Amino acid sequence: MDMEPILDVKQLTMDFGGLRALDSVDLDVSQGEIVALIGPNGAGKTTFFNCITGIYDPTGGDIMITAPKNGRTQRINGIKPNLVTEKGLARTFQNIRLFQNMTVLENVMIGCHCRMKAGILGAVLRGISTRREEEAVIQKSYSILKKIGLEKYVNEFAKNLPYGAQRRLEIARAMATEPFMLLLDEPAAGMNPQETRELDELIVKICETEGISILLIEHDMKLVMSLSDRIFVMDYGKKIAQGTPAEIRKNPAVIKAYLGEEIDA
Amino acid sequence: MLVNELKKSFLISLWFMFLTFPIMVIRVNTVENIIQWRWANLFFVGIGSFVLSALWRYLIRRKEQGIKKTEVDGVARVTLSQRLLRERRFTIPALIVIAIVALAFPFVFSLYQTNIMITALIYVLLGLGLNIVVGVAGLLDLGYAAFYLVGAYSYALLNYHFGFGFWTVLGLGAGMAALFGIILGFPVLRLRGDYLAIVTLGFGEIIRLIMENWNEFSFGPSGIANIPRPGFFGVEMNFEQVTVYVYFLMIALSLFTIFVVNRLQNSRIGRAWIALREDEVACQAMGIDKRKTKLMAFALGATWAGFAGVVFAAKTTFINPASFTLWESINILCVVVLGGMGSIVGVIVGAFILILLPEYLRFLSEYRILAFGTVLVLMMVFRPGGIVETVRRTYQYEEADH
Ligand SMILES: Nc1ncnc2c1ncn2[C@@H]1O[C@H](COP(=O)(O)OP(=O)(O)O)[C@@H](O)[C@H]1O
Ligand SMILES: [Mg+2]
Repeated sequence: MDMEPILDVKQLTMDFGGLRALDSVDLDVSQGEIVALIGPNGAGKTTFFNCITGIYDPTGGDIMITAPKNGRTQRINGIKPNLVTEKGLARTFQNIRLFQNMTVLENVMIGCHCRMKAGILGAVLRGISTRREEEAVIQKSYSILKKIGLEKYVNEFAKNLPYGAQRRLEIARAMATEPFMLLLDEPAAGMNPQETRELDELIVKICETEGISILLIEHDMKLVMSLSDRIFVMDYGKKIAQGTPAEIRKNPAVIKAYLGEEIDA
Repeated sequence: MLVNELKKSFLISLWFMFLTFPIMVIRVNTVENIIQWRWANLFFVGIGSFVLSALWRYLIRRKEQGIKKTEVDGVARVTLSQRLLRERRFTIPALIVIAIVALAFPFVFSLYQTNIMITALIYVLLGLGLNIVVGVAGLLDLGYAAFYLVGAYSYALLNYHFGFGFWTVLGLGAGMAALFGIILGFPVLRLRGDYLAIVTLGFGEIIRLIMENWNEFSFGPSGIANIPRPGFFGVEMNFEQVTVYVYFLMIALSLFTIFVVNRLQNSRIGRAWIALREDEVACQAMGIDKRKTKLMAFALGATWAGFAGVVFAAKTTFINPASFTLWESINILCVVVLGGMGSIVGVIVGAFILILLPEYLRFLSEYRILAFGTVLVLMMVFRPGGIVETVRRTYQYEEADH
């Protein structure tokens, strides 16, 4: 890649007591790319996401981001999750973490929070600018829901949504934070083939029409192979391979790690 | 089924008869050195426990059936209170009636009743404030009385040392309480649930104990007396007039509180509080500053306790640390939980019931706390959502005609 990466992770290491969950992992994503991170269960993929999004403070290494908007490069090791999101990296969770007792619309509105201004005084006085902001946020949230195809659930409580729709709502909520990059942790887990196909289209659409780059963790090899520009493979906290889907499919180390599992599609 | 239930109740009554046998049946008369066998009592215990246990079982079954039904139907059961609150036809006349009663109250009822009403209104303020912290943001705070104390002592001490008037301190006291809210907030930012409850409980007790023991500063357990009542542009007022004045002051403050709290709940900040209660990790990942949001909840919640404290000091003209014990915090928490967490109407109803019920249960004399406790337990079993179950106004999207 000759383009400068928007996410450049170097030698990322994470220890939990004696357990080295991540061992000098390198990974990079360029503007407009869809990159997949795969590996057997317990390989450290979710931990990798948690380090990047500020939930864990990594033991070693560098996480550099370059916002496409202004081209400034920053090191974001150990900063608070909300600041990571403000800087333009938004994520979804492997085990769905929606605000169950809020409506679908409200969930997306929460995503808009960090792009809004109204403070305590604004809330109490509810002047013209606050009212405008609230109105604009409702409209923006609705248009995001429309893009994701959830508009028919807009006033439902999140907990009442079918499983597949909940996963999509997580994506909608993350998009509301206006990210330049989305990190999706097993977005297709638990989906049926029809839902997975729709998700495939959705991710491509987000990447192409919204210009949001994607880093995703996924076990569904068919989805991974069809979506990704590049794939990184992890096992036991180490990166064991990287390359295009065609290269990965032939890679002996990957085949060994997945011994018994099929990597076809 | 029925036979089975009755059999269980019967066994329970047998068990009760056995358990209470030594105290209810046997009585040793130490004067004449004989034992009296009061067999009739055994009979009453048996019948009583049988009937109560059967009733209990019946009510529990009915409740379970209700839950099952909503699960099958898939639609949430809309309670009567929720329906009434939504119905404009009902709410507007109700508001008018409440307004008239509130305005006429001190002129119709005795001074004693007016004073009770002022206390109830103070609890409305306290309840609404704590509701922000517990009901909306979901942070279980058991030391809330400390902020109430800060408000009250702010007025008493600032007045004693510097002669500050009521109106000056009303703002200052609230500000002081907010400051203490933030001071408490910082160390407990990482804590949740039970841990948070224990630390806040400790904090509340520490503040009270400092006031009790730091004689030079707070005059210790003997407290501060002769705190001036609120003034009104220097107009001389007798005791009765002042009471009426404080009553209307509290009405105004309550309306102000309801207005502000309502606006806060339905704002960007209110949404963030609810999201924080739902899932802290997801909340942060969505770009919400957990620290700032929590501190705002603590500070804004404490503010109302500050207001209430200043009014309390001015109303009673005497304060000491004994008014701000853990029991007080629990009382305020009861207002919130009993009324319905997160619901403004619920908290107001809860405050009135909690303050007025013990007052009007006075005829039960020493049993009134027992009766009150029983009411609370029954409430929590059969209406765990509170008297007015939360009818949070959700944001709705309506297709606009563009
Ligand atoms: N907070 C934590 N404390 C201790 N160990 C952890 C923690 N989070 C993850 N791990 C460990 O790190 C390893 C990688 O886990 P994870 O990143 O969830 O794997 P994956 O998402 O690839 O299935 C596992 O062995 C897991 O037990
Ligand atoms: Mg995982």
